[in-house]
Amino acid sequence: MSSLLEVEGLNVWFDLEGERELHAVQGVGFALEPGERLGLVGESGCGKTTTVLGLLGLLPPSASVAGSVLLNGVDILAGGEESIRPHRWVDLAIVFQGAMNALNPVKTVGSQIVEVLELHERARGREARTRTSELLESVGIPADRAERFPHEFSGGMRQRAAIAMALACNPSVLIADEPTTALDVMVQAQILELLDSLCRDFGLALLLVTHDLPVVAELCDRAAVMYAGEIVEHGPVDALYHEPRHPYTRLLFAATPDLYGEGVPASIPGAPPRLDRPLVGCPFHTRCDRAFGRCTHERPLLRELEGSRSAACHLNDVVAEVV
Amino acid sequence: MSQNGSRPLIAVEDLVVRYPVARGLGGALARRPKRFVHAVEGVSFTVKRGELVALVGESGCGKTTTAQAVLRLVEPVSGRIEFDGGDITTLQTRALRPLRRRMQLIYQDPYESLDPRLSVRAAVEEPLLIHGLGGSKAERREHVREALARVELNPPELFLERYPHELSGGQRQRVAIAASIVLGPDLLVADEPVSMLDVSVRAGILNLLDRLREAGLGILMITHDLSTAARFADRIAVMYLGRIVEEGPAQSVIRDPQHPYTKALLSVVPRRDPRERSKREILSGEAPDAVRIPSGCRFHPRCPMAIPDCKQIDPALEPAGDHQAACIRV
Repeated sequence: MSSLLEVEGLNVWFDLEGERELHAVQGVGFALEPGERLGLVGESGCGKTTTVLGLLGLLPPSASVAGSVLLNGVDILAGGEESIRPHRWVDLAIVFQGAMNALNPVKTVGSQIVEVLELHERARGREARTRTSELLESVGIPADRAERFPHEFSGGMRQRAAIAMALACNPSVLIADEPTTALDVMVQAQILELLDSLCRDFGLALLLVTHDLPVVAELCDRAAVMYAGEIVEHGPVDALYHEPRHPYTRLLFAATPDLYGEGVPASIPGAPPRLDRPLVGCPFHTRCDRAFGRCTHERPLLRELEGSRSAACHLNDVVAEVV
Repeated sequence: MSQNGSRPLIAVEDLVVRYPVARGLGGALARRPKRFVHAVEGVSFTVKRGELVALVGESGCGKTTTAQAVLRLVEPVSGRIEFDGGDITTLQTRALRPLRRRMQLIYQDPYESLDPRLSVRAAVEEPLLIHGLGGSKAERREHVREALARVELNPPELFLERYPHELSGGQRQRVAIAASIVLGPDLLVADEPVSMLDVSVRAGILNLLDRLREAGLGILMITHDLSTAARFADRIAVMYLGRIVEEGPAQSVIRDPQHPYTKALLSVVPRRDPRERSKREILSGEAPDAVRIPSGCRFHPRCPMAIPDCKQIDPALEPAGDHQAACIRV
């Protein structure tokens, strides 16, 4: 049986000046089932946003994309824009960080949702307005606010409105790119709870893209950790925290302050490699505290491990405990 | 005055800062009453040498305005600000100048705070030139080297001639900190110093601030991140709508919160360990804007513990647990 969404071998290259290329996404793959919540985590420049823009066909012309994106077993990437368009917003919807960017400042929030419904021929006229009210209520916005403009909404309300708009066509997958990053912690909690209930009550599958590990730990079942354009570890969030099988995962958790955590967070020295030149060895070896000879010249592949997880680290060939 | 070691470096007493709300010409002609954003309404706290105090709270709570008032970048309506024992509340620009050297600000965004056309050497040397300090050219060069070494940009020679675009975000923030400490300040005000940085480099900057604190600087850190405050602050002051609602030793505030707002805030902070998923106490809505402050306790409309008295009584900070909170229910 095929998954709801299955991404395989996704690669993205950006053309740079002088015949150079930046290999931003390097063979990323993951699967998503109905109602499942997957976190795609990593730091700036790791390729997480490029991955989702790539699978939605939203990258600029300077980007080349390869790989497959299977929606219920059918590759929607193969036929380019023609084959993606019918599914974008309809099956795969996206919410971005700055909700202000998703909303048109000169139109009321309600009319923008009506527009989406009419554009995708989901409903028109009175029916569209009724549906809009339902959508707003479902994300916790009183229906009478439909006549307000985006600037009359607080940051949290705008993000709710953006989620309502994304839900307009009953998508099966919601992709949320840093949906709470600009929000205060209490409003963040409100939005996380909303996303949680949408997955629980409607079987919506969530792909949560973020740099924030605790947010993923709070909301997601599984997570894929990205570094230098590739997934370096993938597994249940509990296992990632308690038994990381890639040093980057362990060090990233160790760098994250925790409210009641003992010990002092430690930074990871160095910086990620440039992606506009070929990588030699493990992309993390220059910053890794467990690197050995093989890491400098042989690139580790993402390999399946026990417990439905995978990691790209040579240490897993030696002894698991030393990671 | 004696050099008493326990004398606070900064003592803020009953600080009030308000910003007028534009009425527009129509409003002025109609003689509509002037309205104000009550940004800070009676805030008191101290920062000692060798102490890091975190002002935490959500956006609009007045934490940044408080810090700006401490630095005399905004004018308070009332209250008193003492720096190293002297009242600086009403000092004029000229008299403030020698004090500016001793109180330095670190901004949130090292991408904006550094001039892209200045090399690292020039950026760190600039404050010395502005204040006419640092002696001869050779001496200034030595000061710059020392400052870079203190922020762990080692060896300094490797960084002196670089430009901001050649540096990572963490390195830029280190350069900005070097430019702040080159003058030998007593107080650093750090406004969300790591929120623009990647997680893997944040800890490095925070540990650096911690070492500067250990070396005797007083640090006032503005942050919305309670986990960071819990790890790095000696004391935490929680602000809500222009007031400090709870204040005390960091671990005491985090582990034994007294005010219902602090309790709710702490309950929704996501944890690293999925097994510690919080039992969240989510407050509905958002803080009201600071133009229309609720009567009585300003938190009462959102408070899960509010009783009728809370609409009338505006609570002051009083001892609660082993620190202080402003709530009649504790």
